[in-house]
Amino acid sequence: MAEVYPGVLTVHGGPARWVLALLAGMLLALSGAQADVARPQIPPARGEQCVEPVEIMRRDHFEFLRHQRNQAMHLGVRVLRHSLAGCIDCHASRDAQGQFLPVTAQGQFCQGCHAYTAVKIDCFSCHASVPESVASHAP
Amino acid sequence: MSGSPKARARREFLGRASIGAALLALTPGVRLVELVAAKSDDQPASASQRWGLLVDVSRCASGCDACVSACVEEHGLAGNDRPESDAQWIRKVDLVGQQSGHELSLPLMCQHCENPPCVDVCPTGASFRRADGIVLVDKHICIGCRYCMMACPFHARSFIHEDLSGQKVHAPRGKGTVESCTLCVHRVDEGRTPACVEACSTAGHEALVFGDLNDQGGRLAKTLAQKESDELRADLKLNTAVRYSGV
Repeated sequence: MAEVYPGVLTVHGGPARWVLALLAGMLLALSGAQADVARPQIPPARGEQCVEPVEIMRRDHFEFLRHQRNQAMHLGVRVLRHSLAGCIDCHASRDAQGQFLPVTAQGQFCQGCHAYTAVKIDCFSCHASVPESVASHAP
Repeated sequence: MSGSPKARARREFLGRASIGAALLALTPGVRLVELVAAKSDDQPASASQRWGLLVDVSRCASGCDACVSACVEEHGLAGNDRPESDAQWIRKVDLVGQQSGHELSLPLMCQHCENPPCVDVCPTGASFRRADGIVLVDKHICIGCRYCMMACPFHARSFIHEDLSGQKVHAPRGKGTVESCTLCVHRVDEGRTPACVEACSTAGHEALVFGDLNDQGGRLAKTLAQKESDELRADLKLNTAVRYSGV
């Protein structure tokens, strides 16, 4: 008796075997498509804790950023809790020479996830993608 | 008006109570004497302040561009050596009297009008005036139409034509948007003075005085009270926050 795996149909003998195997292969390719894309490897951040729980940040970080941007731009309220500069300050990585890698570089914090989710971000055509200075970036 | 002693007592009580209520209503939001100081980060800009600048043209040296260099440095405005299209938030203007030959040199930038034409014409609300009088462009909603550039009588605004890189953290700038002097709003919110004012002072000229136009005890208001000063294009009734003395 053939062993049965989820999503895999195994048939022994007969001309139908190859047709079924082909169909099964196509089904497998379709159902397994998501699992074939590697989840982004997010570089480690500074500090113990993000400003909000990770699940909330994944879902709502742009809402926080938009709120903060409007508050800062129009009212001059500049608390750093949800600022883009704050994100970059914690999440920017450095290369072997100690130089900052832009968060927009391949595999870095912002770009890694947005490439995975196929979202194009426009923040960094204007905003700095590295922290202000190495000096301000205490480990 | 006549009435029994009891009714009179009641009227007096109600009268006093209403004065008390009025005072209570007045006190939380409105202070008769506002304190003027740098705001804390979590406080919104307040209409009790109006940031302004006095340019003492008699102290401004011809050929000195310390203010312009400081602005370029502060906001990362380094251009592509194309003066016609490179961003320029502040520029030095040299004037010569046609008959007298008298020469003047002065810095010209956004005048932070109370009635700004750039804000009037902006179709998206990107050009706006903050509560404390600083006129800014919200580049998140600027569509780059440049109506504001045409409306400004001082040619104070620039358009970014090309992709940029290496922007400063406190001065985001990008292609397709309009920009102008922010009165160094990021510094002002920290209680510091604009970069041009600091540079002018460092260069030993002290031609720029920054402060709160509403703070009668402050340096700017005091200097304005002592010295004759003018708005540029006063005929347009823009009530500019940048004033010039000696023009």
